[in-house]
Amino acid sequence: MRTGLALLVLAVWAASLSIASAQDAALVQAAKKEGTVMWYTSLALPSSTSIAHSFKLKYPGMDVEVHRTGSQRVLQRVMQEAAAGVKTVDVIHTSDAGHFVLLKEKGMLLKYAPQGTMPFPAGFKDKDGFYFGMRATLSVIADNPKLISDKDAPRTWKDLLNPKWKGKMVSGHPGYSGIIMTHVLALVNLYGWDYFRDLAKNSLHVVQSANDPAGVVASGERPVGVNGAEYFYYKTQKQGNPIKIIYPSEGIPLVVSPVAVAKDAPHPNAAKLFVDYIFSKDSQQLLADKEGLYTGHPQVTYPADKPKLKDLKLLSVEADELEKRNAEIKKRFIEYFGA
Amino acid sequence: MPTAETISTAQVERRPWLKGWDPSLPVLIGTAFFLIVLMLLPLGAIFTASFWDQAGLTFSKYIEVFSNRAFLTAIWNTVIISSWVGLISVVIGGLLAWLITRTDLPWKKSIRALVMASFVTPPFLGAFAWTLLAGPNAGLLNQLYRALTGAESALFNIFTMQGLIFVMAIYSFPYVFSMIANVCELMSSDLEDAAGILGANKLQTAWTITLPLALPALVSGFIVAFLQSLSLFGAPAILGLPAGIHTITTQIWTFFQYPPRLDLAAAFSVPLLLATMLLIAAQKKILGRKGYSTVGGKGGQRRLVRLGRARIPVFLLVLFVLSLSVFLPYWILLKAALSKAWAVPLDWANFTLDNFRFAFFQYSDTQLAIFNTFKLGIITASVGTLIATLIAYITQRNLLRGARFLTFFALAPLVIPGIVLAVGLFIAYTQPPVVLYGTIWILFVAYLTKEMPIGFSQAQSTFKSIHPELEDASRIIGANRLVSLKDVTAPLARSGLIAAWCFIFIGVIRELSASILLFTAKSKVVSVVIFDLKEEGQIGVICVLGIALLLVTFAVILAAQWVVGREVFATRE
Repeated sequence: MRTGLALLVLAVWAASLSIASAQDAALVQAAKKEGTVMWYTSLALPSSTSIAHSFKLKYPGMDVEVHRTGSQRVLQRVMQEAAAGVKTVDVIHTSDAGHFVLLKEKGMLLKYAPQGTMPFPAGFKDKDGFYFGMRATLSVIADNPKLISDKDAPRTWKDLLNPKWKGKMVSGHPGYSGIIMTHVLALVNLYGWDYFRDLAKNSLHVVQSANDPAGVVASGERPVGVNGAEYFYYKTQKQGNPIKIIYPSEGIPLVVSPVAVAKDAPHPNAAKLFVDYIFSKDSQQLLADKEGLYTGHPQVTYPADKPKLKDLKLLSVEADELEKRNAEIKKRFIEYFGA
Repeated sequence: MPTAETISTAQVERRPWLKGWDPSLPVLIGTAFFLIVLMLLPLGAIFTASFWDQAGLTFSKYIEVFSNRAFLTAIWNTVIISSWVGLISVVIGGLLAWLITRTDLPWKKSIRALVMASFVTPPFLGAFAWTLLAGPNAGLLNQLYRALTGAESALFNIFTMQGLIFVMAIYSFPYVFSMIANVCELMSSDLEDAAGILGANKLQTAWTITLPLALPALVSGFIVAFLQSLSLFGAPAILGLPAGIHTITTQIWTFFQYPPRLDLAAAFSVPLLLATMLLIAAQKKILGRKGYSTVGGKGGQRRLVRLGRARIPVFLLVLFVLSLSVFLPYWILLKAALSKAWAVPLDWANFTLDNFRFAFFQYSDTQLAIFNTFKLGIITASVGTLIATLIAYITQRNLLRGARFLTFFALAPLVIPGIVLAVGLFIAYTQPPVVLYGTIWILFVAYLTKEMPIGFSQAQSTFKSIHPELEDASRIIGANRLVSLKDVTAPLARSGLIAAWCFIFIGVIRELSASILLFTAKSKVVSVVIFDLKEEGQIGVICVLGIALLLVTFAVILAAQWVVGREVFATRE
């Protein structure tokens, strides 16, 4: 009886496996016929190029065109092209979850559940099944240890309000970066707009991307980054640059960046194959190992020198709230920081 | 019985606008018509979008734009910046032009070449290079200053209004230089000699005689530099935005962010358009005022002022100024392209070729963008030269009635800043009947429009110097207008037309302010890719692409000079 059950389970498993691989083969064939995936992404250029490269290695003959820019610019591009009837984008990826609420509402996304996303935590999955979290990014403080001694270094978000940092700090821009957009909302929820009004008094150097502060801190142009993508700080540090990452105890904004297939994708099969690949264990592990990112994949392991997410106090924001307050956040930020 | 000839003469007399029937006529009329549509469509789109919405005629866009303090600040910033840029450009450009044309300064040819190098360096690339040179903390010049003096503070912060003015000025002065140099070369020394006889020293002569004579050209140079800096987008975006400084162009650009406000962009563009029109009109008036100057062309002698003991110090000063726009930026681009970390010295541990490898072999945008840029450069330069040639031919030989209005249309883009043109084209070509957005052809239209004035004026001045006799001869033998143009006049005008081609090509491959609104994923060009990379801070890769852009530019200039056998971008001789 017991062996019978085991055999049955085995048979069902084998059958499902062969169905899956048959589906795979059909998808791969259809994808290869289309040849190319147009990927509009806000993932850092070296990281997105590297994912595209490993995809091409796995599926010879396929090509991925990486169009990397900031989250808000990705949305602008997608919307501008859609309004003019230009159908170019296949796969959309930004770090502003609010974008996907908007895109879903406007019927611009294809409902597609990438293989292997079942066991992902709820925070990585749209309840209607249109988009899934490709990666999780922390927005942190960083400083240049060559210029700032350990005992002087800021430890909390509130420390950054100290006038001693005037002219020494750099910030990304929510009008460009989805990570910074989420960061601002998370801290507004924590401390209110007063926090940013006071922060602006320290005359910050305002760059666009959440990745740019890493280079600015490393070069010493501004020794303290008041926000920015933790994985990019981490990567910059690994390349031998003077960077120290600070994980503030008040809580760290956690940014889950969704990926989705466009409704009018000119290469729908190639797009599906590509997002399947993005959520595969291989690719998610690659993001963790090579790019220093966190992911929703339950089996992925992380480098020993990165803190575990469960040890950190995380601040998350709702996608709906991001969508609703997008314009307000940009407006307030520009009001305080000038541009 | 009337002969065929008398009939055709009679017909011509009945229709005086047809000065002699010629199969070339449809081509000429078609070209003229194309030019007019090309210019009117974007402007019409802007005016319509700024005055109309679903509700009908409205001024609400203007009220919305001009009651917002942030927008007004952007306008004020632009006026301040452009005025200073105009002033500094006149000082540098004017002095340099005088030194080169009227004194015995050594190494004149090399200095001219360096001025030309500043002229063809895209200002956004120069601005980017200066962020590495004069960022207040990591900037290499500030590092050097602190190391030498032991000071705590920075010598110069490039991310300020002053920094922005400085960078825009060092890339705008060549415009003034070429205007003043032309004037100085034509002024005779008679009046200066008279001043000398009356006992004035060299400085007094320059101040009381040469300067007033050159004054109309200086004022007009100021206007040109002012307009040039008014329309720049890349430099203010790179240097101004990090310090919270918006200008008109960066503000128009942000109107395109989602949710887009094209109506506000249009309403914001109209005053810019009117301002440039007024300035160009003023410039025309100033230059048209003849009696003031002795600029006449022939007669009189020109003698070079001897600089004497000041010769070498002045030369070094000139070299210093040009090192700001050429040597230092080029050096830092090269250094950062070859470094892992740009802010520390370049030694073996810091040396890398990864930036080149990434830019050319891993980054999928590069090849696409380079391909698009070249394609657009070659097509626009070729079509642009062709149309400019035909239009210049029509106006120069007065072939169609109202030909002088064509001059107006061909020169009209001078008053349209690139980003305003792009707003108009975006509105005009993103909806049926003609959807060009999403292809490189919308960029082609933008570039063609933007470069028409330079191509046209180049072609026109070339035709001016060619007497119509030979053409008449060919027409008597039986060739029609187009055939004579192709076989007789154009070959004579060869070097002028090649120069026109080069001007347009170089203008196209460095264009950013219009491209930034019109590109799509498939129609990226190099300048847009560089700007994208700048926003993410990919410094090494930007440097590689910037160097590639400069190398191509210089290669094209050298190739053209080799073909023509003389300096293509020389001032009048």
